[in-house]
Amino acid sequence: MPHDLNLAVLVSIGQHPKSGRARRAEQDARAVELGLKLVGERLELLHAGEAQQEVLRSYLGMGLKEMTLLEQPSAGDAVPALGRYLAQKRPDIVLTGVRAESGEASGMTPYLLGEALGWPVVTRIADIIKVENGEAEVLQALPRGQRRALKVRLPFVASVDLAAETPRQSAYGPGRRARIDNASVDAQQDQLRSQWQEAPARKRPKRLKVAKAKTAADRFKAATAKSQASGGQVLQNESAQEQAQALFKLLVEEGVLR
Amino acid sequence: MSDLIRRDPRQEWIARNRLHPQHAELIAPAAETRGPSGLIRRNPHAVGFIGPNGIKRIDRLAGNGPQLGQRRGGAKAAAEVQLPLITVVTPDFYVVAVMDMVGGRLTGHDKDVLGQAHKLVRESDGEGAVVAVVFGESKEEAFDKAGVDRLIHLEGEAYAGYSPEARLTALSVIESQLKPRYWLFPDSINGGNELGCRLAAKLGERPATQAWQVDSSTAVCRGGSQRIDITRDTPRLLLLAEECADPIDETRHEVLPIELDTMPGTLVRIEDRGQVAVDPNQIPLAEAEFILSAGNGIHDWDQFHKAAEVLGATEGASRVAVDDGFMPRFRQVGATGTWVTARVYVAVGISGAIQHLQGIGQCDKVVAINTDAGCDMVKRADLSLIGDSQEILAELIQLVEQHRQGGAEDAA
Repeated sequence: MPHDLNLAVLVSIGQHPKSGRARRAEQDARAVELGLKLVGERLELLHAGEAQQEVLRSYLGMGLKEMTLLEQPSAGDAVPALGRYLAQKRPDIVLTGVRAESGEASGMTPYLLGEALGWPVVTRIADIIKVENGEAEVLQALPRGQRRALKVRLPFVASVDLAAETPRQSAYGPGRRARIDNASVDAQQDQLRSQWQEAPARKRPKRLKVAKAKTAADRFKAATAKSQASGGQVLQNESAQEQAQALFKLLVEEGVLR
Repeated sequence: MSDLIRRDPRQEWIARNRLHPQHAELIAPAAETRGPSGLIRRNPHAVGFIGPNGIKRIDRLAGNGPQLGQRRGGAKAAAEVQLPLITVVTPDFYVVAVMDMVGGRLTGHDKDVLGQAHKLVRESDGEGAVVAVVFGESKEEAFDKAGVDRLIHLEGEAYAGYSPEARLTALSVIESQLKPRYWLFPDSINGGNELGCRLAAKLGERPATQAWQVDSSTAVCRGGSQRIDITRDTPRLLLLAEECADPIDETRHEVLPIELDTMPGTLVRIEDRGQVAVDPNQIPLAEAEFILSAGNGIHDWDQFHKAAEVLGATEGASRVAVDDGFMPRFRQVGATGTWVTARVYVAVGISGAIQHLQGIGQCDKVVAINTDAGCDMVKRADLSLIGDSQEILAELIQLVEQHRQGGAEDAA
């Protein structure tokens, strides 16, 4: 790992999904963990939002001495302020979570920053394996527990998936003692969002199975019958070799043999 | 000409002649006639038909009863109803839906998005066409029944693997060529969310994410941690949650291909180095893609473990195999164990108890290897191999090893 690698991690205020209490956001904490693994204490922690958020200290308690706070009201738009700050600081890698845990949670922040800075965006990474010659080897998390190796040119923005390494515990005392620097930015109001209506989430209606049968006998059958569908191919009298061949063909067609 | 009422003298003559052999048929009243008072009169003697043994039969199920013997084929042919074809000749506007196509096929989520696209077209003025954008290889055959009016299929080296930059360029070309009224993406981890967000950032649109109730004026979206609902005006670009609308199932559509203008070159800054080998047994059973599952019919467990290793499959087991101590409890598939979502599920020596079949309800392709052709697993399976599992697995291991070696030689 090069010694002059600059790494910034954007952190947000998380929210417990059931109680709604403010907490360290899960994906952001993983991003901090990944950053600590790569550059240690030189990691730059960044938050755009209201001051006096005690939760931010749980990120600092992971082993950092200071962080930067871009102060703005909670209804503000964080992206322009972050974009200006990052364009000025020019870190090599910016790590974020995939989605916020409260508010709109559109997951657009990394993409908007990437667009504003003109940097490539890599999504849902699980690990950064190495950085050399101005390129980074990144492990991306795919659905179903799979991983993909990517090579990206520095600088870039990456969002960290839940598949990344679990974050270390936060130490309370060091978190309290760490310093939060306020950087002054001119806050921008989120005009569009002020017109939206927010309400506690309604339970989504379950999709009903509508029986399209025309007669009572058909409806009865649809409601009671076990799956009779035997559309499948049955190989009964073939030799074991032919049967294995058929299975092999299916596995190759489905692309599960790697 | 058809307005003229023509008399049939022969019919009249038969009706007058009580001794004529066809007299009864002509005179017998129809099953339902309107009486002089205007009421419907039903003739109970006219219903039914004379069966082969000369006894009158009345079919009160109107042809929907269980079919026997040779009539089976006929009933099956009748069941495949030709759905009405909807054509859009000159569309006034387009609604573009970008598909996930996991494993080259439309997912349930994709079909919901297409259903939502048709809902938006119905609510708008003018005639609109739903355009599906598909990247990479496609194995889907039923685009017409899923509601695709126009299809843009982009294949080739540039769109293989992880290629967000090339795909984004293609979407920008579509934007400038078709000027769609709405862009719809499935808000999924299979690429729909990523591509939608990239396009939104490029076009400067503010997308509705996790939208689950959308009409042409307002969209209801889920907020962070699934705790709030945001009601807002419907934007041009929507990332739709699962089950946002009902899929199309009563119509067929044209699936006309659209040719795109020439693509500008893309600066590729993210290079795909291919998938990394992952230990399949480290993947949680619930999200494994390929499961080789063992049941009571397995006798050679070493061979089974070897087969799973060679195939690169995650191991599963039925309740019996777990209770007998051959497999750990966390490998159990079924109602008491894990409900799996594998794309390919190979059940070796599992007869298919209902609890097990519940657990594999979401699997796409099920293969049964069993000695009993009449078991429930064979009824569920897409491919059934009836025979000794030990022999079949041995042949399969050999085939796969040959395939691997052949591939290595080709690469060398």
